[in-house]
Amino acid sequence: MAKAFKTSIVSANDLFVGDVVYMNSGGGWTRKLAEAAIAHTPDEGETLMGRAAPQQAKVVGPYLAEVALDDDGRPFPTHFREKFRTRGPSTRTDLGKQAINPERREPLAASGGI
Amino acid sequence: MYRYDEFDHDYVRARVAEFRDQTQRRMDGALTEDEYKPLRLQNGLYLQLHAYMLRVAVPYGTLSSRQMRTLAMIAERWDEGYGHFTTRQNIQYNWTKLTDVGDILDALADVEMHAIQTSGNCIRNVTADHFAGAAADEIEDPRPTAELIRQWSTAHPEFAFLPRKFKVAVTGSPNDRAVTKAHDIGLRMLRDADGNPGYEVIVGGGLGRTPMIGKVIRDFLPKADLLPYLEAILRVYNLHGRRDNKYKARIKILVHETGIEDMRASVEAEFERQMREEGGPVVLADPKQVERIEAYFAPPAFADLPAKSDALDAAMASDPALAAWVATNTSEHRANGYSIVTVAIKGTGEAPGDATTAQMRALADLGERYSHDELRISHEQNVILPHVKRDDLPAVYAALQKAELASANAGLITDIIACPGLDYCALATARSIPVAQDLSERFAEPARAKAIGNFTIKISGCINACGHHHVGHVGILGLEKSGIENYQITLGGDHTETMAVGERAGPGMSAAEVGPAIERLVDAYLERRSNDDERFIDTYRRLGAEPFKDALYAA
Repeated sequence: MAKAFKTSIVSANDLFVGDVVYMNSGGGWTRKLAEAAIAHTPDEGETLMGRAAPQQAKVVGPYLAEVALDDDGRPFPTHFREKFRTRGPSTRTDLGKQAINPERREPLAASGGI
Repeated sequence: MYRYDEFDHDYVRARVAEFRDQTQRRMDGALTEDEYKPLRLQNGLYLQLHAYMLRVAVPYGTLSSRQMRTLAMIAERWDEGYGHFTTRQNIQYNWTKLTDVGDILDALADVEMHAIQTSGNCIRNVTADHFAGAAADEIEDPRPTAELIRQWSTAHPEFAFLPRKFKVAVTGSPNDRAVTKAHDIGLRMLRDADGNPGYEVIVGGGLGRTPMIGKVIRDFLPKADLLPYLEAILRVYNLHGRRDNKYKARIKILVHETGIEDMRASVEAEFERQMREEGGPVVLADPKQVERIEAYFAPPAFADLPAKSDALDAAMASDPALAAWVATNTSEHRANGYSIVTVAIKGTGEAPGDATTAQMRALADLGERYSHDELRISHEQNVILPHVKRDDLPAVYAALQKAELASANAGLITDIIACPGLDYCALATARSIPVAQDLSERFAEPARAKAIGNFTIKISGCINACGHHHVGHVGILGLEKSGIENYQITLGGDHTETMAVGERAGPGMSAAEVGPAIERLVDAYLERRSNDDERFIDTYRRLGAEPFKDALYAA
């Protein structure tokens, strides 16, 4: 039996830096989960993935990641793997998104576009 | 140490230039990820959870101070100020950017290092006893053999696309510190009844989801026949190894499914076919080249020293911490008046194997000043200073204290192996490092750790077993169960010449339950051991698993 669709966002890794990015509602990419476009239905998920597919020059490995929504409608990860991806190593809170240094973590060649 | 010849230099530089171009084409959009991925993997570049990871080969774990300084420089300039020493005697950088990788590889090439064949379905970096060339129990230095295999296997066109990755380990000592029985091929150097050098050849060992202890395929292989025999094993594997299922593609499955007798017959037939070739096997190593390689590993000029160091004895008498460190972190050297120093990269609460740039530089300085410019990386994720005068041990210890590298715990319960786990690795199913950190804090008290004695804990964050959990006295395997990290415990594993695969103790437990469970297990061991010198693994073998299972699940 096919797995029931759950509310999802599209996650990937930035091609140049390798860090975690999310597709936003404009079909571009953001490093902030709160700005991710949300797919509530399989069709919406398919649409987002369809937008991601041609963007291989920007990101690597886009996929649908399940999320839940808080009271304000903002997504948060439901699986611990995705939680780590939103933050960075749990043992090095000085690294990764949890300690983001905008100057250092900005995409390089793709700056502005992603 | 081996030094590159002109061919080595040209080859590595050409590979860097080629990969730089491939990477540029990926960034320009000319290559898709599907096209680029196999190319980057062949150059040691993975994409992990938070960033790219570059795995750099440290051939058979041996490096110079200059090379260690370059590793530090790379960590500082292009990464986040640290590197991770692995169970494959390599180093991994966790925060590599695609735009930097060409420059990093050029910096490595400057000091005769690279990341070639640290990934992919090829013959990987050859590993060896980290005490090579120094150990008192050594029959012969395994590194010339490892280097010969490195040269044979690098870019070997026939074996570039094997059914699966292929790992070779070499030991020159009867005490197996290279985990040879858990490799696709393990070589144990020995001599025949007439004193001729050769190898016991072990095949089909491995960990991962199907742990297997390697089987002896040849009791004694004359040294000169090594490469034709390896070629024969690889040919049989390349031809008959399964390619339909990656989980059944390692040579251990082929050996298991065909049986060692049939495997031996096939390998010997191919070996004999090569030996009958006109002029001998083409792959036979040129004796002059072998001699050239061996010359690079000639022992350093050791001073003629008394076995006993009065200076060290006096220092230890007035400094119990130094005495404790010497007792645990030094090993018997082949030369009088020298010791092998194990620098445990296992500070209390630290991630096993992680070293900062400052620590790497401190180690480079110590290698240069006190250890004939040599360092080693051990599969236990420690750094070895192989040739230290016993007179110099107090000074080395003092320098290690300054660098926060003076943990007196080599071989003790806090000398834990742990893979990066889900804190970094895209394949992981659970975290490893926090479990190691918790255990290292629980057993940090030196007197307690010393009383427990030799005790190996090995932790993997997934079934692929990079943390060697199957062969830990206690193995911890992190899995996912219903959306939560869950840890299975195995007992009775052994990574040495008496290798054993640990037995699963029972149901998995949460991360929070692991520490208390291991404390109960240790208490049960201390209560039941026959004397203070009986190691946990010996008590376990004497009494069986039951009392220890009971202790683990007593809560």
